Amino acid sequence: MSAPESKNPATPRAKPVISAEKGRRARRKFIRSVMLLAGIIGASLAGILPVLQAGVKRLRPPGALDEKDFLASCIKCGQCVQVCPVSAIRLGDLDEGVGIGVPYITAREQACDFSCDAVQYILACPTGALTYTKPGFFPVREGAGLSSLPILKARAGEPEPALNLKERMGLARLTRPEACLAVQGKGFSGSARETTFKGRMRYMEVDRWKPIPVIDHPYERELCDLCVTECPIEDAIALEPFTDADGNQRFRPVAREQCVGCGVCEMICPLEFPAIEIESRAVWEMNGEGA
Amino acid sequence: MRRLVENFFCMLGMEPKKPEHPAQISAEVRRIMEIKREDKSRIKAHLHDQAHRQPRHAWRNRRWAVLVAVNLLFMFSFWLDIQILEGSLTASRFVGFHLIDLNAALQVMLAHKHLIVNLVIGTLTIFLLWVLLGGRSFCSWVCPYHLVSELTEKIHLALARKKLVTDHEFHRGARTVFWVLFVALAFLTGYTVFETLSPVGILSRALIYGPGLALAWVFLLLLFEVFWSRRAWCRYVCPIGLTYGVVGTISPLQISYHVEPCFHEGDCHKVCLVPHVLDVTIKGRAPVAEMGLGPDCTRCGLCVDACPTGALRFEVKGLSKLL
Repeated sequence: MSAPESKNPATPRAKPVISAEKGRRARRKFIRSVMLLAGIIGASLAGILPVLQAGVKRLRPPGALDEKDFLASCIKCGQCVQVCPVSAIRLGDLDEGVGIGVPYITAREQACDFSCDAVQYILACPTGALTYTKPGFFPVREGAGLSSLPILKARAGEPEPALNLKERMGLARLTRPEACLAVQGKGFSGSARETTFKGRMRYMEVDRWKPIPVIDHPYERELCDLCVTECPIEDAIALEPFTDADGNQRFRPVAREQCVGCGVCEMICPLEFPAIEIESRAVWEMNGEGA
Repeated sequence: MRRLVENFFCMLGMEPKKPEHPAQISAEVRRIMEIKREDKSRIKAHLHDQAHRQPRHAWRNRRWAVLVAVNLLFMFSFWLDIQILEGSLTASRFVGFHLIDLNAALQVMLAHKHLIVNLVIGTLTIFLLWVLLGGRSFCSWVCPYHLVSELTEKIHLALARKKLVTDHEFHRGARTVFWVLFVALAFLTGYTVFETLSPVGILSRALIYGPGLALAWVFLLLLFEVFWSRRAWCRYVCPIGLTYGVVGTISPLQISYHVEPCFHEGDCHKVCLVPHVLDVTIKGRAPVAEMGLGPDCTRCGLCVDACPTGALRFEVKGLSKLL
């Protein structure tokens, strides 16, 4: 009987020491866990930046939903990247503010020239972020819709020459008219771009299915009209005559309503800084002009 | 000579003979038989020790081979344009069939609030695949981050042995809270917020489409795991793992624990990413003689390799009884 008695006073003292330590540890672990939660969620909120920065206008691939819906639906798998024959599509990185892994096009570096003939990469999209037929409940912004399907010059003579594309990606605009060679009445000869340029394009007279580097295809023009002749879409851009301040009869490139905003004109413009650029997500204004 | 003759007659039809006299048995054999008779348990213990000292890596090697092969297939499908497995881990097509990561699909569905057929088909296919293959098997057999963090875990353990770092544990419930928060964020913001953080997606895309700045985030996570908390992302954060874990609840492929051969030594605990699933191996914890380890088990097989007595085995529920 004496043994338990002598133990008893010891146990109550020992017990609280252990459980206090246990409690401290549990409390620390809990606080750590809460801090981990706050840290990771905080970091993830940086991921919403692209949504808030929807004003940072990057050119999305043809067939993309409107920016907000596009960001919501893109699963960031890059299957569109894999299908594009000219590698126009890239995936956004951490610093680009367009959403990590979300596809975009930098027209000046590599425009979409519809070398694939049918924008069939849309079929590769598993979530419908890129689509031929937008569901009815996604509204079409006024002026974003094309009044008729764009005719692909490369397929002009064929039974079905139209691209299955119902909305524009943007619009071409003459942003530096003073620099434009056509506006100055100048011609152009040689390679359209610098020797280090990697962009490719499909030239029907070279090979319908194999795009070649733009620098391997020199031009010779009395009056520079590359943006007009190289445009893959029929009736999307034309040289329009005007009289300049000195009374000279000159021409300037003007985008028409059929312009889908693919960016070939921006890529092919032979100036150091392109005179014509794509304004992504720009819409056609019925009363005004495109360019 | 005597044995030679005996063997020869044995061939012709004579029955093999038992030595008639102890003198016919050599001193060495007599000694061995003596030990065997008297010290059965010592020999068993000796073999058992040997098993501990010579770790097997059979399942780990198989698993690494599969993990590397799957990710290489992704890479080569694009690089060499062989088009077998196009896309990345968030979504892909295997010879044309859509496959979509369950967590990525969930995030997109909630953010976009609209379903298309390809998304449903791809999600269902992957769901069925991982129901069959064991849910979190995705983590250890496919996920590239798992492999990288498995390697950096070795650095963490080496530093921990030298007492340079200690493992700071978090509450495992944090992962559940993360899962709920990321689901809520996707729904409320209309953006797949988790995908910007997901080291799985970032690594997979970096492997296929080339490295980018986003890898810096993966690097930070690995540093955190090396110096602060062992395998923190997989254990306490990753909602992908939890999603696949839920799928694995009904999966027939599992690692099963058998009480009888178990010595309760705890080697399996030490190698496990999710050691709580192995708590049944603690003496007195197992309610039945055989059981699966449960849905959080990644079926990585490290415990199967580590167990010297075969108490942990890969098993397909029902199939073993059938066989």
